[in-house]
Amino acid sequence: MGKIFGRLGFYGVAIFLALCLNFIIPRLMPGDPMSMIFARFQGQMSPDAIVALRQEMGFTDAPILVQFYHYMTSILHGNFGVSTSLYPAQVGSVIWQSLGWTLLLAGASLLISFTLGTILGALAAWNRGGVIDRWVTPALIFVGSFPYFWLAMLLVYTFSYVFEIFPIGHAYSDGLKPSWTLGFALDVLHHLCLPAVSIILATLGGWILSMRNAMITTLGSEFINLAQSKGLTQRVVLFRYAARNALLPNITGLGMALGYVLAGSMLTEIVFSYPGQGFLLVQAVRNQDYPLMQGLFFCITIAVLLANWLVDLAYLWLDPRTRGAQT
Amino acid sequence: MKVWIKLYKHSIIGRALSDQTASQWGLAVWLLLFLGAWFLMPLIGDPSEFLAEPLQSPNLHHWFGTNGQGQDVWRQTVAGTAASLGLALATGLTMTSLGAVIGLVAGYSGGWIDRVLSSITNIALVIPGLPLAIVLAAFLPSGPWTLFLVLVITGWAWTARVFRGLALATRRKDFIASAEIMGESRLRIALLEILPNLSSSFASAAIGAVIYAIGAQVGLEFLGLGDMNRVSWGTNLYWASNDAALLTGSWWIFIPTGLCIALACSSLTLVSYAVDAVNNPSLRADQLLRRRLREPMRRAIGVTPLAKELRHAPA
Repeated sequence: MGKIFGRLGFYGVAIFLALCLNFIIPRLMPGDPMSMIFARFQGQMSPDAIVALRQEMGFTDAPILVQFYHYMTSILHGNFGVSTSLYPAQVGSVIWQSLGWTLLLAGASLLISFTLGTILGALAAWNRGGVIDRWVTPALIFVGSFPYFWLAMLLVYTFSYVFEIFPIGHAYSDGLKPSWTLGFALDVLHHLCLPAVSIILATLGGWILSMRNAMITTLGSEFINLAQSKGLTQRVVLFRYAARNALLPNITGLGMALGYVLAGSMLTEIVFSYPGQGFLLVQAVRNQDYPLMQGLFFCITIAVLLANWLVDLAYLWLDPRTRGAQT
Repeated sequence: MKVWIKLYKHSIIGRALSDQTASQWGLAVWLLLFLGAWFLMPLIGDPSEFLAEPLQSPNLHHWFGTNGQGQDVWRQTVAGTAASLGLALATGLTMTSLGAVIGLVAGYSGGWIDRVLSSITNIALVIPGLPLAIVLAAFLPSGPWTLFLVLVITGWAWTARVFRGLALATRRKDFIASAEIMGESRLRIALLEILPNLSSSFASAAIGAVIYAIGAQVGLEFLGLGDMNRVSWGTNLYWASNDAALLTGSWWIFIPTGLCIALACSSLTLVSYAVDAVNNPSLRADQLLRRRLREPMRRAIGVTPLAKELRHAPA
């Protein structure tokens, strides 16, 4: 238990620092971006309302500590400010509404890519110099060196423009209303294919390579020799002895890679006009909507920290050695 | 010329690549892209000149066609390659140097300096870099210097963590003890005694950092956070997407830039395999053994190659 909570403290500090960054960055930057933020509200809100909003978010002439106090209290109340580009929507609710699509896209593609990559990597290490090791892995690593969104553009061009098999963008067809029906689910799946494939293609090579390298180290261990001398079937040695042990470092990598994958999938969403966080991000950048950008940064930070914490928990569960030390 | 070849052969990269054909090809391709682009830059003319009808497919006058604004895609690709690779190289090297110094100081000093520096490093590692870079780049005035600064700020932590571990391992060695007895300062020991011994780790980290810098920079510019009047890989793709290259089926606008990015990144990856083999002798021994056995190893057999076998391995 001590380990779980010790790490929680670390993540708490990380969240606090992310909030501090969000507080400090606009105040340190040249050219007084605060006034720029609030200048965008002019004509949309009454001057009194602007003053009230400034007060609430801590953008006042008060000493910096008082500003910080106001900022923190409003964050703790779940108030991340008002989006300037989607006025009068709250940043929190705007992000919340589009979170589901990003989780669907990034989550599904990460899961598929990780599982497939781990299996292929294990097989590549097992059959050194085989087809997977010599051809599939290098090919996928080459594909992985393209930017995510470029692969997305290529896929859209090929499968939506030339062959017209998949829709050119959006999460579901224009005429449909979101509902829990089979027809709608199939439509969503149809729209999900291309963006998911572009993310999977971009990340698969990396997972294969790291699993392959971990497997090579594991395959050199004594317990593999033992398993072989016991005369166990090759399938058992591969999956129950070698792959299970080689999986551990890859799981740590999963937590680490998440931030990069999330950011990459946001760029992919832009190519497909997918209505997730990426769409919000591009909206925010084009309109210089700073509160929305900061909200997105904070949201991704939380997601990454949460995933890292889950990885820690999974590690405790998967690797008895880490449990032994705590008592 | 001879001096250069000699210099290369004795450098970290040169020694690492000496018996690795694939990695030599990687280095050659990368240098060709980088130097070729800078060499062609003055010859091709102004890349942002509007000189023809927009959206022409590749033809005799415009080898790569023209983009949505009537600019020549070939010129844009060359200029973009020069600008983006130059910036990525500078960013990657600075990022790695900063991380290496922080990691070395933390690992070598120990005590409270280590505790402070490594907590900062660990937190910088879990805060997602690219989203933070987006927020920072949005607030700063757009331009190459902003990209440089933002990527260095968000990308140093990984190197710092690796180098802290390496410094911890090196600091117990005898030559460090002798330097300490001679009364050298700690900073001098960290930078002049420990760092040179870690140069192959530095090379490997720097290659990774340049690859990261290419990807992150292109991503930020694609979002619209770079200087949109500057020609670079990211802005090329930004304009391709903005001018609806996909809806008009103009594949020639985004294909060349994407291929250049992938060539640059994958050739660097090839180089890094060779450098990693220097850092990790078991990888190298394994390669030599495989060659020695003349056929790919089926199953990983747990055999450590003998020194005798390695000596006779065909180079």
